[in-house]
This record gives sequence, C-alpha cells and structure tokens, in this order.
Amino acid sequence: MESTDGGDEERTTKGSAWDLPDLPTGTLPPHIQLQKTRVVCNKEAPTNTENVQYAGAYAAAGVDNTVRLDDFRENFRVEVIKLTEDDMEFDLIGLDASIANAFRRILISELPTMAIEKVLIANNTSVVQDEVLAHRLGLIPLNVDPRLFEYMSENDTANEKNTIVFKLHASCAKGGSRITVKSEELKWLPNGSEFLLAKGNSASNQDSKQKTYTSFSCSQDSLPEFADNPIAPKHADIIIAKLAPGQEIELEAHAVKGMGKTHAKWSPVATAWYRMLPEVLLLKPIEGDEAEELVKKCPVKVFDIEDIGRGVKRATVARPRNCTLCRECIRGDGWEKLVALRRVKDHFIFTIESTGALPPEVLFTEAVKILEDKCERVITELS
Amino acid sequence: MEHGSEKDPANATFSLTDEDHTLANSLRFCLNQDLRVNFCGYSIPHPSEARVNIRVQTTGDRAREVLKDACEDLMSRSQHIRSTFEQAVADYKNQQGPKPMDSD
Ligand code: SF4
Repeated sequence: MESTDGGDEERTTKGSAWDLPDLPTGTLPPHIQLQKTRVVCNKEAPTNTENVQYAGAYAAAGVDNTVRLDDFRENFRVEVIKLTEDDMEFDLIGLDASIANAFRRILISELPTMAIEKVLIANNTSVVQDEVLAHRLGLIPLNVDPRLFEYMSENDTANEKNTIVFKLHASCAKGGSRITVKSEELKWLPNGSEFLLAKGNSASNQDSKQKTYTSFSCSQDSLPEFADNPIAPKHADIIIAKLAPGQEIELEAHAVKGMGKTHAKWSPVATAWYRMLPEVLLLKPIEGDEAEELVKKCPVKVFDIEDIGRGVKRATVARPRNCTLCRECIRGDGWEKLVALRRVKDHFIFTIESTGALPPEVLFTEAVKILEDKCERVITELS
Repeated sequence: MEHGSEKDPANATFSLTDEDHTLANSLRFCLNQDLRVNFCGYSIPHPSEARVNIRVQTTGDRAREVLKDACEDLMSRSQHIRSTFEQAVADYKNQQGPKPMDSD
C-alpha cells in the first residue's frame, strides 16, 4: 500500500512528458499512480472518481493493470472493526468497487427473510384501517432463520415449511383507558391457522376436521429447530395500533419467505453501506495559530496538535478515518495548498445493520454465497 | 442466450435473465481484467424487464469461453473473500472472547 500512494508528491504536481523515462520502467509515474488509486477531493468537486479496470490501460508504460487471482489472494484483507448482535463494521481491503457494490446490493435486495405477507382480519374496529394495519404488521422484523423455510409460489398451499402463522387478539375494555397494542401481542401458532375456511367449497370431502387457511402436516414446535426457540417478533415493543375503549382487533398474520427486491419488508438489513477510506494529508507543516485554526475547522476532530518543543505547536492528522469529507478544512484562501483530502479506491469501510433475523456476519457470508451461485448459474448455462 | 456469434464466435452478446447490475458490473470488471478481451460492456435494455445484455469482443478466443472464465474468476474471488472474512470474524471473536466472562 505504502509504495502505491505517491503520497509525498505535492498534489498539484503534474508530470511533464519530458521528465518521463524513455523506456517503460514497469512502474507508473507518481501522478498517474495517484489518479489510479485515489479519489482526490478538491474544493469544487472530487476528481479521478472513475476506476480504471481495463487490463491494458497502462500498456504504454509497460504496466499490467490486472489484479491476478494470485495477487488478489495475497493482498486481499478483511479487518473487523466492530461486531455486535445487530451491527457490524469491517474493512475490505484490496477489492474493486464493482464487487464491493455487488455485496451491498445483494445484502439489501436479494437475501431472503420471513415477513408477514397475508393478514386475515376477523375484526378491526380500531382507527387504523385494515390495509394500514396490514402494512405495519408486514414491516415487523421476525426473529427466525429464513434458511429453514421454503419459498411459497402461487400454486402452493400454505404448509409448515413455507408459512408462519401469528394471531393477534387485542381489545380495550369499555370504560377503561386507552391501550397500546405492541408486537409482543403477536402470538405464534405452531399448528397453523385457526380460522376455518368457508364450508361451501369443501362439501365434497367431508373430513372429520374442518379445513383452515393452512394445511400443516405437523406442528412447527415439534420440529427440532423451533422446539426450544419459539418464533416471535425480534422486538417486543413495536407499536402496532392504539385502541380506545370498546375497540378491538382480531386477526391472523401469515409470514412467508421473500426478498428485498419484491418489498423492502423482506430486506434483512436496516441498511448496508460502504465508504472509501479517507486519507488526509498535510502538504506542509502547519504550525502555531494556523494549526489551532485547522483543529477548530474540522467538525469531527480529525486533527490534533502536538507540541514539538520550545512551545511550537504543530497540527497532526490524528483520526483520518473520521473524516466525512465535508471539505470544511480546505475552505478559505490557501488552505487547499496545505491540506489534501483523498479517498483510497480499493479500501472499503463496510457497515451492515441487521434487522435481526440473522446476525450481520452471517448475512455477509450468505451474500457472498449468492454471488457465487449467480456465477455458477451462468457457467452452467454457458457449458 | 448467446447472440450475434454465428459467423464470428469471438464477438457475442449474452442475454442473462433475472440478473442486474449486481452480476453484470462485477462480470464486466472480471472481463476487463482478461487480456484476451478487446471490449466488454453491459446494458439493461428496459428497467422493468429483469434482463441484462453483456457484450464481449475478444482478440480471437471464443467469447463464450472467455465469459465462462470470467465467471470462474469471479467465483474464486468470492470464495477467497468469504474464507478471509470468516477467518477475520473468528479472530475478532477470539480476541473479544474473554471479555464477557470478566464482566459481571
Ligand atoms: S473534510 Fe471535513 S471532516 Fe474531513 S478533515 Fe476536513 S474538515 Fe475534517
């Protein structure tokens, strides 16, 4: 990394063609190297934002612009910065933006989860209309591993492998005070729906049991995955509706497996994003009052002051990672000549916030697997 | 799904259904990294149709093989990313491991 940044070169240096060596040396001149590896953030607008992907882009300089698989294997690094139950921050180093972006897109829209899709409303006298209520229910994250379920297609009947049923029955007693219905009131029905289908269409096969809206062949809580891990909303305190005295809600909610590209309620992440690593350089030593001013300019405290003896204060870049690129530090006359703001093109600070169905580290591995599956599909089609 | 290569197998357009920028952009990267590729690019003809066209023009090799190699390349990269990531997470958890025990 260090050898590739051309960092000490003054930012404004433009190499002259006359200074270039006559024969290709196998290395890029520093200003081209800078263009290739850094986004440079100037006062008006960032430059060099594009990625040079073409293998022969620097053929004239005798430089091969490919990252071969072996080199990639050697140089690619992952550093976990923070990992909690729901959030994760990690660095992906030595990767092209197209691949990092593929993971982000898959995380948001192609990783399946379970979410409430169908709501059978038996009674709703609350002020929240049926469709709004159903929408609110759909957005409640469920604490269940989607990998244990199958997709339900249009012609499938709801069974224990593709549907989770919850019931909600809340009423507010007359003469009492108002109540709040929260997600904890959603009670899992491991045996499936309790609502009976209308009699008419099942007249021919007079079973001993009347048909319901689902046909479970066994109870879900008898399955080993759920026996000691009952299915419930991830958070118990999500407000669904408020009921005034005399109002009542009675419904059944059916959750199925789906993907974020169909509807955001199936997205397993609150959000997933990345940013390139900021690089803040001081082009000249900044001392005294100027140093104090610089430290004050930055709202996220990127700079610090060090004492270099004899009471001389010099600015240092202490926390470049915090930089938000607000460009406040290069505002004003002459500051652009003192501070250089850049971003490292192949270093991504990736953040995943899970909604709770799966822990964030599992989400990322699943996302990578999906990209692998996509490649495999194309390979089989081409063979 | 392969078009325009009846006469010249080195230039072809591949039409992939149910794919989008996610795969096409990463594949374009991998194709660009291949020195046999003269030109490559992709387009999504219509946003409401789940389809992406990938154009591959090579210096002489069969475009179909080159695209297949790009897929394999992307797949091996992904596998490496996955194993490196899992290792990094395991290391991080090991480092953090003793903490919860210490705190009451
Ligand atoms: S761009 Fe903004 S956040 Fe970054 S160092 Fe300058 S003032 Fe601080």
